[in-house]
Amino acid sequence: MVIAIAFLLLKTKPNLINKFAHLNLIRKWLRSLIMESSSDYILKVSNLSVELQNQTILEHVNFKVKRGIALAIVGPNGAGKTVLFRTLLNLIPHTGNIEWASDVKIGYVPQNINVKDVPISVKEFLTYKSGSNIEAALAAVKLEKDFQNKTLRVLSGGQLRRVLIAGALIDNPNVLLFDEPTVGVDVGGEESIFFTLNELKQRRNITMLLITHDIHLVKEYTDELLGLNKCTTFFGDSQQIAEPSLQQRIYGETVCLGET
Amino acid sequence: MLESLIFSLVVGASVGLAAGYLGSIMVLEKMALVGDAMSHVALPGLALGVLLGFNPLFGGFLFLFVSAILIWHVSRVTKLSFETLVGAAFTLALAIGILLFRNLDALEAALFGDIAQVTIVSAGIAVAVSIVVILLTRLIYKNIVIGLISEELAMSKGVSIAKTNLLYLLLVSVTVAIGIQITGTLLVGFLVVTPAAAARIVSGNMSRYLVLSAIFGLVSAVSGILLSGYFSVLPGPLVVISGVAIFIIVLIIRWRKKLES
Repeated sequence: MVIAIAFLLLKTKPNLINKFAHLNLIRKWLRSLIMESSSDYILKVSNLSVELQNQTILEHVNFKVKRGIALAIVGPNGAGKTVLFRTLLNLIPHTGNIEWASDVKIGYVPQNINVKDVPISVKEFLTYKSGSNIEAALAAVKLEKDFQNKTLRVLSGGQLRRVLIAGALIDNPNVLLFDEPTVGVDVGGEESIFFTLNELKQRRNITMLLITHDIHLVKEYTDELLGLNKCTTFFGDSQQIAEPSLQQRIYGETVCLGET
Repeated sequence: MLESLIFSLVVGASVGLAAGYLGSIMVLEKMALVGDAMSHVALPGLALGVLLGFNPLFGGFLFLFVSAILIWHVSRVTKLSFETLVGAAFTLALAIGILLFRNLDALEAALFGDIAQVTIVSAGIAVAVSIVVILLTRLIYKNIVIGLISEELAMSKGVSIAKTNLLYLLLVSVTVAIGIQITGTLLVGFLVVTPAAAARIVSGNMSRYLVLSAIFGLVSAVSGILLSGYFSVLPGPLVVISGVAIFIIVLIIRWRKKLES
């Protein structure tokens, strides 16, 4: 809205710019906005709403994700975080816009998986597409290559999480959706998973979207922060998570941000 | 008699192999009982075949497949479980089938199987169908397994769960239809359940599980038919009993291994 008015003003009264020097700044800002919009963002979500069984789960969610950054998605239980991921994967009907860049290749690391009943080895889990390089994928998450003959259901929480990351990496994605990376992982394991993720981000320039409750993770390993509680409650620099007022805003009483 | 025994051995071996292979997925999906009950739905199709003079197995297959799709669809729309709907459908199918059969001998053959009716043509069809079923199952089983582990994961890998499930239902229908000749509609469900259950106990990875399940299916079908020839009784019950014997043997082996270790 603001952009449109500014744009109209600039178009209809160009001499305004000469009269008011600071409008030059607006013009520059507008230009930069148009320039970066096409290629710098790997995902743009606007006005996204999801309704499941007559209940509103997500309402007018807006955010953009720049290439190569790590975006933390935080919010109370039942805020619709996992639904947001499912919607981004096109599993759930929605209104509004989800715009992935044309070259996007998504890797997904789920929160809950059902391996209890399935006799499947690490190797088999990693090779549902032929031609995949298992050893490289395991090495990327710091697992030994003889690990591939183990059965998935006997792995510890941390090991399983690493195998799931390897499974997401094996198709060479440029975006990684990561649902609760530290659930079921002990403290030492957490740190090494973060380290692995950070390395992947820096070395392979993978964009990451992480759902998490872990404030330490948000602060140390992510760049931007999306507060979600049905609607967008915050969107900005993830370092601000340290401020108690922001935590109150994200986890406390819901105040939705306006549409952007 | 010897000829039909040999033909039925060929049918039994191929269908046992295919059903064991395919059934392993059904056991993973916790659909074992569904598969078992589902097989009874073939009965009206068999009856129509006998009544109208076309190959009853084709009628059986058609009924299985169409009702599988219908149940699958209704369960998606109504959110009733697949089990509930199959429970309702299979009794209805049995009722209609029994009414449609005018000839009690034909009904008996449909319910319990009749290897005297197995010809070289049906043996050939069984071999061809089993090969196709095994090859197609090989293609889709990884997709199904990934879908079982996590639906989102399957989606992110570009796997269409709906299409895969539909193909799977088709494969189950055609395998069950072929197996009916040997065991009849009442006992054919065994072939997709018990071999897989036995294999599941001793498998730590998918390939071992699938292969063992197929082998157990083959061995129980073949030994059941051979025993039935020897004792001059219906093969169906002996196929089931052989399969359960394998299950128990596997259980004992595992138990002893556990004691040793």
